[in-house]
Amino acid sequence: MGHIATTSGGDFSLCAIERPELALETRDLGKRFERPAVEGLDLTVHAGEFYTLLGPNGAGKTTTLRMVTGLLKPDRGTISVFGIDALTDPIGARRIMAWVSDEPMIYEKLTPLEYLAFVAGLWAVDSDTAAARARDLLSWLGLTPNADERCERLSKGMRQKVALAGALVHDPKLIILDEPLTGLDAASSRVVKEVLRDRIRDGCSVIMTTHILDVAERMADRIGVMADGKLIADGTLDDLRRQAGSGHASLEDTFLALVARDAAAA
Amino acid sequence: MSGPGTIGWFARHEARLAWRDWMSLLTAGRRRRIRVVALGFMGFAVFMHGLAYLMFGSAAHLADPPDATTLLVITGALAAGWSLMLSQALESVTRAFYARGDLELILTSPAAAARLFAVRIAAMAMTIVIMALLLAAPFINVLVWFGGARWLGAYAAAVALAMDATAAAVVVTIALFHAIGPRRTRGISQILAAVIGAGFAIAMQIGAILSFGTIPNIPAPRMASALVGAPDGNSPLWWPARAVLGEPLALAALLVLSLAALVATIAVFAPRFGQLALAASGAPPSVPRPGRRRSRFRASSPAWALRHKEWTLLARDPWLMSQTLMQLLYLLPAALLLWRNFQGGGASALVVPILIVAAGQLGGGLAWLAVSGEDAPDLIASAPVPAARVFRAKTEAVVGGIVVIFAPFIAMLAIATPFAALITLAFIMIAAASATAIQYWFRTQGRRCLFRRRQTSSRIATFAEALSSTFWAGTGALAAAGTWLAVVPGVIVLMVLAVAWMISPARSPAVA
Repeated sequence: MGHIATTSGGDFSLCAIERPELALETRDLGKRFERPAVEGLDLTVHAGEFYTLLGPNGAGKTTTLRMVTGLLKPDRGTISVFGIDALTDPIGARRIMAWVSDEPMIYEKLTPLEYLAFVAGLWAVDSDTAAARARDLLSWLGLTPNADERCERLSKGMRQKVALAGALVHDPKLIILDEPLTGLDAASSRVVKEVLRDRIRDGCSVIMTTHILDVAERMADRIGVMADGKLIADGTLDDLRRQAGSGHASLEDTFLALVARDAAAA
Repeated sequence: MSGPGTIGWFARHEARLAWRDWMSLLTAGRRRRIRVVALGFMGFAVFMHGLAYLMFGSAAHLADPPDATTLLVITGALAAGWSLMLSQALESVTRAFYARGDLELILTSPAAAARLFAVRIAAMAMTIVIMALLLAAPFINVLVWFGGARWLGAYAAAVALAMDATAAAVVVTIALFHAIGPRRTRGISQILAAVIGAGFAIAMQIGAILSFGTIPNIPAPRMASALVGAPDGNSPLWWPARAVLGEPLALAALLVLSLAALVATIAVFAPRFGQLALAASGAPPSVPRPGRRRSRFRASSPAWALRHKEWTLLARDPWLMSQTLMQLLYLLPAALLLWRNFQGGGASALVVPILIVAAGQLGGGLAWLAVSGEDAPDLIASAPVPAARVFRAKTEAVVGGIVVIFAPFIAMLAIATPFAALITLAFIMIAAASATAIQYWFRTQGRRCLFRRRQTSSRIATFAEALSSTFWAGTGALAAAGTWLAVVPGVIVLMVLAVAWMISPARSPAVA
């Protein structure tokens, strides 16, 4: 995408002019449960960017995203979504965000069409617009034949696609996905990836966590690596390779090297 | 020690699971509550013994041999007890069929599944025996204390009846399974369980109302007319009653026949139980009837979307609907009383509080579904709708549902006494809204299928909910009677709500 998070070197005024709009900016974000889950996290995602957050289990990825979406209250720090302070104006921030978790948040007894109507109602989308978008989304995701079938009869992949359609029906500027490809078959996974790419082309920003590193390698503009609640590396794949000193290694090798180095340092 | 895959091994496995399930049910997962639960049990035992003394302290001495009236009364009591046991057994069997749990693991293992299911059916019988003994023991103890050791036969009779109830429940459920298929059996058998459980008491009430025009404290069937059609004293029909009275032959016959019934049920059905259960858990969900195709998208507010969603989900889940509406069965006697007295205003004093209490309880159930039973909490929490607005919309959904359900009762009451009907409507809404508020303050996310166990998540919420609906009922009844004394229970219930709010987790929300 060519976005550069330039803060180092160069002309300050030029930097200010060229600095792209930020989709998400967290500063000193922290959350503690029985032990610190997220510690002093500074995360920046640019508008129109596909950002992938990686990390071993328990690294704090989901906690971070749940704080961003307003599902979890941070202990400290700030969250800004397209310039809106998500902590002081959560409703304003939610209006332009969508959240898709690994477990589809749908209602078994509603049909996909009814579900989309409900989500559109929550986001107060104009009914004609919502109906047209729902039709397009269901068609796009291959769900038109199941549009009037209750979700309890749908497979896991279909449910995940319904959840994704729900996230897109209100046309968010920032889509946050937590392991959206978990349990999906190859065809469903491809559809989801195509939909996300398409949203990026339309100027939407995407933040996604995944354990499928091939996906991250192929889709992400920038990648963040978290471990023990901290962002231990951040940037393009080449940036990560440089930080890991892993030459032309794959993302998998690079990721493992970064995590191992962090563990050794701890 | 029995080896893996044997009946003894499975029995130990089941006993461990059952014990942990019971502990979790009683303590809601908090080990520190064990002492409180133990104290609660002791208090309950003392209370039940006191109650049993008041009811039967002077009735323990009976003529020997017992007369027909005695046998009829004992048989009636046993029928009531057995209907409750059957109800519980039907519930257990249905749960065993439809909880997927470990079925696939067991059926794909090389162990003999029939052994496990034999143990499970026996465990159901055991659970019902324990429950029956817990409830009956205080009464039997009092009868033994004042009437002599002959009453000890009641313990053995309770065990025998529990075995019969389990066997009957297995047979009924499997018969339903074959007759109407796995998909419908779940709902029908659970409705059947609830109706059987409530049916006997309700039938007694309705019979009494039709006979005497009021709800009696103790059911008083027309003994004389009942005795006319009763069999003679030597009939096997009286064996259970005679067993309770300690007659050795009747007791032995009852125990042997009951044990034989249970063993035969286990022998016949345990080998097929697994396949049937697997078929039940794999049964496809109901296929919606093709209806009118209309646009689901309409100009609406988030609040409307939330209300509409709650009503749609409830209307589409017959099991939940039956579980919530089953409480309305208990309103039948009140409705009958209204119908018989609709020309006068005398019934309203009794009916108004009954309706308000029922609305409060029903409101609590619906509120749990709407608040704690929310299937997509993250979706609602991440929507651009303030929490207060979500709460208001959900309260409106609950109160709206309650008003629709109670509308026929209000209409009937309005014919008799319009003022009382108006007051009742107002307090029904208030009681339902209060129950929703309590559920909201003490909400803990749970799956809708855990509806029946919702009380375990917070005893304080359950207690507050019961107090709230009771005191609102008192307030409504006194207000309908036109007395300012209504202020007293009104103030008390406001204090209850205030205390509930102050100690609720909602005051320190973890979620933004």
